[in-house]
Amino acid sequence: MQLSEIKAAVNQFIDEAFSPDLSLVAWRQRLVAAGWAAPMWPKAYFGRDFSPAQVAVVNEVFQARGVVGAAQLGPRRLAAETILAHGSDAQKHRYLPKILTGEHAWCQLFSEPGSGSDLAGASTKAERQGDVWIMNGQKVWNTSAHHADFGILVARSDWDVPKHQGLSYFLINMRQPGVQVRPLRQMNGHASFNEVFLTDARVDHNDLLGQEGEGWAIATTTLSIERQGFARGRGPTPIHREITGRVFEEYAKEIAIDNEPYTWYPQREGRPDLVLQRAEATGAINDPVIRQEMAKLFCLTEAAKISANRVAAERTRADNQVLPAGSLGKLGASVIARQAAHVHTMISGAEAMLSGPESAEAGLIAETLISVPAISIAGGTDEIQKNIIAERVLGMPKEQRMDTGPFRDIARNN
Amino acid sequence: MQTLYTDDQNQFRSVVSRFLEAHATTSQARELQETASGFDQAVWHQMSGELGLVGTHLPEAYGGFGFGMIELGIVLEEMGRRLYCGPFFSSAVLSGLAVAELADEANKIELLPKIASGEERVALVLDDLNQVEGIGHQLMISDQGLLSGTAPMVIDGLSAQRLLVIAGSATGLGLYQVDKGAQGLSITPRVSVDQTRKLAEVVFVDTATQFVGRVSPEALNRFWDLASVALSHEMIGGAERLLEDTIAYTKLRVQFGRPIGSVQAIKHRCADLLLTLEFAKAATQHVSFSLAAGEEEKHHPSMVKAMVSDCYRDIAIAAIQLRGGIGFTWENDTHLWFRRAKCSEVLLGTAGYHRERMIQSLGGQDAA
Repeated sequence: MQLSEIKAAVNQFIDEAFSPDLSLVAWRQRLVAAGWAAPMWPKAYFGRDFSPAQVAVVNEVFQARGVVGAAQLGPRRLAAETILAHGSDAQKHRYLPKILTGEHAWCQLFSEPGSGSDLAGASTKAERQGDVWIMNGQKVWNTSAHHADFGILVARSDWDVPKHQGLSYFLINMRQPGVQVRPLRQMNGHASFNEVFLTDARVDHNDLLGQEGEGWAIATTTLSIERQGFARGRGPTPIHREITGRVFEEYAKEIAIDNEPYTWYPQREGRPDLVLQRAEATGAINDPVIRQEMAKLFCLTEAAKISANRVAAERTRADNQVLPAGSLGKLGASVIARQAAHVHTMISGAEAMLSGPESAEAGLIAETLISVPAISIAGGTDEIQKNIIAERVLGMPKEQRMDTGPFRDIARNN
Repeated sequence: MQTLYTDDQNQFRSVVSRFLEAHATTSQARELQETASGFDQAVWHQMSGELGLVGTHLPEAYGGFGFGMIELGIVLEEMGRRLYCGPFFSSAVLSGLAVAELADEANKIELLPKIASGEERVALVLDDLNQVEGIGHQLMISDQGLLSGTAPMVIDGLSAQRLLVIAGSATGLGLYQVDKGAQGLSITPRVSVDQTRKLAEVVFVDTATQFVGRVSPEALNRFWDLASVALSHEMIGGAERLLEDTIAYTKLRVQFGRPIGSVQAIKHRCADLLLTLEFAKAATQHVSFSLAAGEEEKHHPSMVKAMVSDCYRDIAIAAIQLRGGIGFTWENDTHLWFRRAKCSEVLLGTAGYHRERMIQSLGGQDAA
């Protein structure tokens, strides 16, 4: 389809199908049926095989018309893309439409208390009993698990093969007695994540994704989707306009729930954007030591931006040069966050002891100081990033592994 | 404004690289550092004559090649990689930029073609290599028009065929030239940590000069900015080479039955250094791209020199450390770069100085 044809088609569809008085689900069911909910997906599965450029046009029209698109945010997209890539025909039909309509919320059940950086060391047990798998174990860092309907679960189905070969990937119904979700309170007081306890939780054999033992390979897909931020392009994106009508009210509620776990995320990046204005307002800018530390921070933030632009430009040019991977940017973000927290502390002085709405920037600075430790852990610790940089960018040799052989025999946490 | 080097610029880099590969080896550097002049006449002639590198950044109207900071940066990075020894930085960069930025028209016409062609090697005499604000306080022109004072460190002061001087006077700062044979001029070599870049003390006592141009504070700051960015490019070349060689060494060196590069303590240090290098290099090259497009930001040159000073020093320290004992020997070449890194770190302002200057450019007045 030509870009102009797409524009016309989307406009015509909205004219005919959209009404602000529809329920959010009813409107999205129409979107799904017409292929406009996920136009980048294949035609066989609710999409239109659109290229990123074509998807961009669809999004523009939705944006311009102020119309709500498919449910986008949170772990549901990870589930959707993974099912699309590895699911059976039946699984795709069973799960994908209700992800797009927002009827089903999903969560990711990968990390465990005993396997964080070493995700492939998961030891949640999956035992097959006829047509049912029985799950026992504990998962952790599960965003939005407390209102999820389903989860993508990696569990160990074979203990007698090497660790990466003994995992399987399941789609689990969260609404069952064997699944218990508890909020996990973080050091900064927020509870964005959960712990999930699986006690004889049941998964139908039909809900095994891919083959038994393929869990690690499929999890790699999910993780790479997570890292790419859906490079294929999203479907129609949310609007930010105040319009009345049932569909918009329900949408606002959904967004509020989806975004709630992430309100402190800007603070974990150290809020370097607030440094200069605070230094000027407090007079800290006259302190020669603080000036030095501020300058170090601004060197980092500006260089990170320049470097990121360069990496993007090299990607576009498709040079054959080896690019410092995304890991370098992630490591840079940690360094920046720590330096920004350091400078904010210097600017505050003794007032850095205070927290809450009466404290600096209505509590944002205090929240920053106790949120920054997360940035060098979440999404792969700095130490793991450094291994990746050393091995994949600098070509340094891998360390000898201690975890080959049957999983049963490998040292692990109790 | 460009974000990446163009194909032409990459090609230019490989031409420069091939030339230096053949004519600037570390064994040559080791020989040259034992000589008084510190450079090879034949290589200089080839470089200025056939290749025209010396006039890379100088305007075509004055005999230069007409390129700007981008191409000059490429030349300097390649020189820094190979520890080129010779008057390129003193004559082409410092003197060339001083004349281009500070001389009046007649003197540009007279001096730039000589510098650009390499026919004359000109040293720039500055009485302060720490801070631009200090220039012209020690070297003074008297009411009779005679120059007196001491410049304790002048790059290639001894081997230069002509001296340019920035000096103060009752009416403000000016750029002057002095003949090597002038009366009251004495030049004494000094012992430098980095013997691949020669330093000399230059003393004037009532020495006759020729006026070259008036120097406004704005123009002097611009000159200092450009010189700092140029030096940063040279340093980035050295830092990058040193990190590459060090990582290559860790892949070969075996201890405890495995290459030391497989040990996390070493991997992590290298990853940290790569991040520092990537940031410093991206920023340095970005500033040259922006200077070429006339879109530079005022605080960027100091930002870059501050980052690069720290980066080259940190990489140089690690380069010795990760080689262990062999890295501390005279025979191993690593200390040649270590010495260059130490001297470049402080030349034209330390990281601390440039950070303060950067904050001032961002609008923070002088520290109380």
